[in-house]
Amino acid sequence: MNEAKDVVTMAHGSGGRAMQQLIDQLFLRAFDNCWLNQREDGAQLSLASLSAQGDLLAFTTDSYVIDPVFFPGGNIGKLAVCGTANDLAVSGATPGWLSCGFILEEGFPLVELQRIVSLMAQTARDAGMAIVTGDTKVVQRGAADKIFINTAGIGVIPGAVNWSARAIKAGDKVIVSGTLGDHGAAILNLREKLGMDLGVESDCAVLAPMIAPLRSLVGIHALRDATRGGVNAILHEFSAASGFGICIDEQALPVKPAVRGLCELLGLEPLNFANEGKVVAVVAAHAEEAVLMMMRSHPLGEDATTIGVVTQDPQVCLRGTLGVTRQLTLPHAEPLPRIC
Amino acid sequence: MRFVDEFRDPQLAKTLLEQLHQRAGLLPYTADKPLQIMEVCGGHTHAIFKFGLDKLLPPQLEFIHGPGCPVCVLPMGRIDACCEIAAHPEVIFCTFGDALRVPGQHGSLAQARERGADIRVVYSPLDGLRLARENPARQVVFFALGFETTQPVTAVTLQQARRERLTNFSIFCQHISLMPTLRSLLSQDDVRIDAFLAPGHVSMITGAAPYHFINQEFGKPLVISGFEPLDMLQSVLMLVKQVGEASCKTENQYRRVVPEQGNLLAQKAMREVFTLSGSSEWRGLGMIERSGISLTSAYAMFDVERRFSPQAQPVADDPRSRCGEVLTGRCKPHQCPLFGTGCTPHNAFGALMVSSEGACAAWYQYRHQEATIASQPQHKQQQKVSQDE
Ligand code: SF4
Repeated sequence: MNEAKDVVTMAHGSGGRAMQQLIDQLFLRAFDNCWLNQREDGAQLSLASLSAQGDLLAFTTDSYVIDPVFFPGGNIGKLAVCGTANDLAVSGATPGWLSCGFILEEGFPLVELQRIVSLMAQTARDAGMAIVTGDTKVVQRGAADKIFINTAGIGVIPGAVNWSARAIKAGDKVIVSGTLGDHGAAILNLREKLGMDLGVESDCAVLAPMIAPLRSLVGIHALRDATRGGVNAILHEFSAASGFGICIDEQALPVKPAVRGLCELLGLEPLNFANEGKVVAVVAAHAEEAVLMMMRSHPLGEDATTIGVVTQDPQVCLRGTLGVTRQLTLPHAEPLPRIC
Repeated sequence: MRFVDEFRDPQLAKTLLEQLHQRAGLLPYTADKPLQIMEVCGGHTHAIFKFGLDKLLPPQLEFIHGPGCPVCVLPMGRIDACCEIAAHPEVIFCTFGDALRVPGQHGSLAQARERGADIRVVYSPLDGLRLARENPARQVVFFALGFETTQPVTAVTLQQARRERLTNFSIFCQHISLMPTLRSLLSQDDVRIDAFLAPGHVSMITGAAPYHFINQEFGKPLVISGFEPLDMLQSVLMLVKQVGEASCKTENQYRRVVPEQGNLLAQKAMREVFTLSGSSEWRGLGMIERSGISLTSAYAMFDVERRFSPQAQPVADDPRSRCGEVLTGRCKPHQCPLFGTGCTPHNAFGALMVSSEGACAAWYQYRHQEATIASQPQHKQQQKVSQDE
């Protein structure tokens, strides 16, 4: 199965011997943990150990259909683990268990699947999570684009944590944990074959270790990871949920020069670009310094910075370089590069 | 970032603005009857709104958003023709991204793609050429769009295709020429444009000479301007100085990019491949004489209209739409009865709402909430005060 010519076939999804082999040799070997090894239909998790960690169960799911499947800084498998882990982490939970469902296109090379699964397993393990149950389906060539992955995850939220966009108040500070748009730019460059030497990798990472210490701080109101739709989308979500507005300062936005260059060239805004390893936090003004210090003490948050404030006026605004403030709107669909 | 930040420096902008306020105060223009400066190019319109330049200007000056966005002025019927060509099963239809969502009578190219047409977004016609080489059994069509800015690369692509004797590559030529449009604008009755900011990108190719008729025949000053905020502020200052000194010439602010003669090599390639041909329909402006571009006889074999003869599809604009008036500075986007109701960026009716470069789209994106106050002249003053605070 290590030969390049070995590919996913319809037999791998048949429920028969080929499928068993795939599960045994690939998934079980890579994910290897006591829950999965029980080989029951569902993972059996101890309630006692869950409730020892907190009062609330956090439960989330997401599907990953990214093109290209491999990119600088990761692949679809790592993304599937990070994305779901981060959704749990921003709700204040410690991510614990993941499920994963694969939809494979007939003809997908098994070596590539192996690489994806290995990185998934390693990412989960490094972040202290276990992939405890899963599912594999194979569809005919053309019915899916190479590989789709769905992951669901559960984690436990400690009693004292109560982060929610509804807790946001006017005067709060808006903080991002690092540079914007690295993932979006890396993917766009590859997907559109722009061939630019960006030197920028996807920021794809499990943020839980950076977020966990924040739970001890008083004054954190809401946290989100800024994935699709970028920071702009999160600001709009925060504004809609809280009824307040947000005004951010263009000059404060941390953006890598290469990402900015790409955006300038194509007429796109880094604020709308996807990130896979960045959080946006809204915190009480008195907590700002402590949050920044705590984030910056972790490698994933070393570029953390305040980008704006929550305002009474319920609009999302950007104060530009020249001091003029304009309203930020959400693009209707994915922004397209301009020609003129 | 090098080459960008130095053209956005707030301190320098402040200095330029002070000079501008001082100079403009000496002119016989008022907030009610301001000096109207047309920025011809959609790129400039975008920068004005993005950086809020209009809010920083003295009240005696006003920007009029011109017709210089090739997507905005694309007639609906042409999109229908694109969809018709793209629907041929052997065709791979290549387009720039921003033409993808322009609505035709029967939907946009994006919708045609959803219905199964093989439509690909490319960043250069050369990508189309590559697709043609890689897919010898398919017909690759490039939707060639744009002013003098994008014509040279289309021309070079066709020269290459001809050298390689490619028979499965063609273009749907929608290139247009800027100068006839400016002439047509200026020839209209009751158009009161006092001065022009000319687009840097087009000028990089054409050079300064083609603009001279604007000074000589119509007596309007013109400055070729770059796209960064400081470029534009400096260009406006140059215009205001010209007006103050009652002079009228073509000046080049964008010297770091625009040579006086333009790009001679590009001009040569364009002359070999393209020819100005008859009148062309512009969305929002109607027919404009000698503004259309077609292929010379040596390159006619790359004309997709010869291969597929798409139906001519004239589509009349809604009589309520005021696109033409917005383009000529006779009214502001929000004064059009369709603005924000029948015509929004998600469901564009008129030319200027279609592309993000269009005046109505920019107004909608950046000014929707404030549209009503913005029409009041004292608004600029208020903004100015709050800006200084
Ligand atoms: S709102 Fe629409 S119809 Fe009215 S002028 Fe603008 S683009 Fe034309």
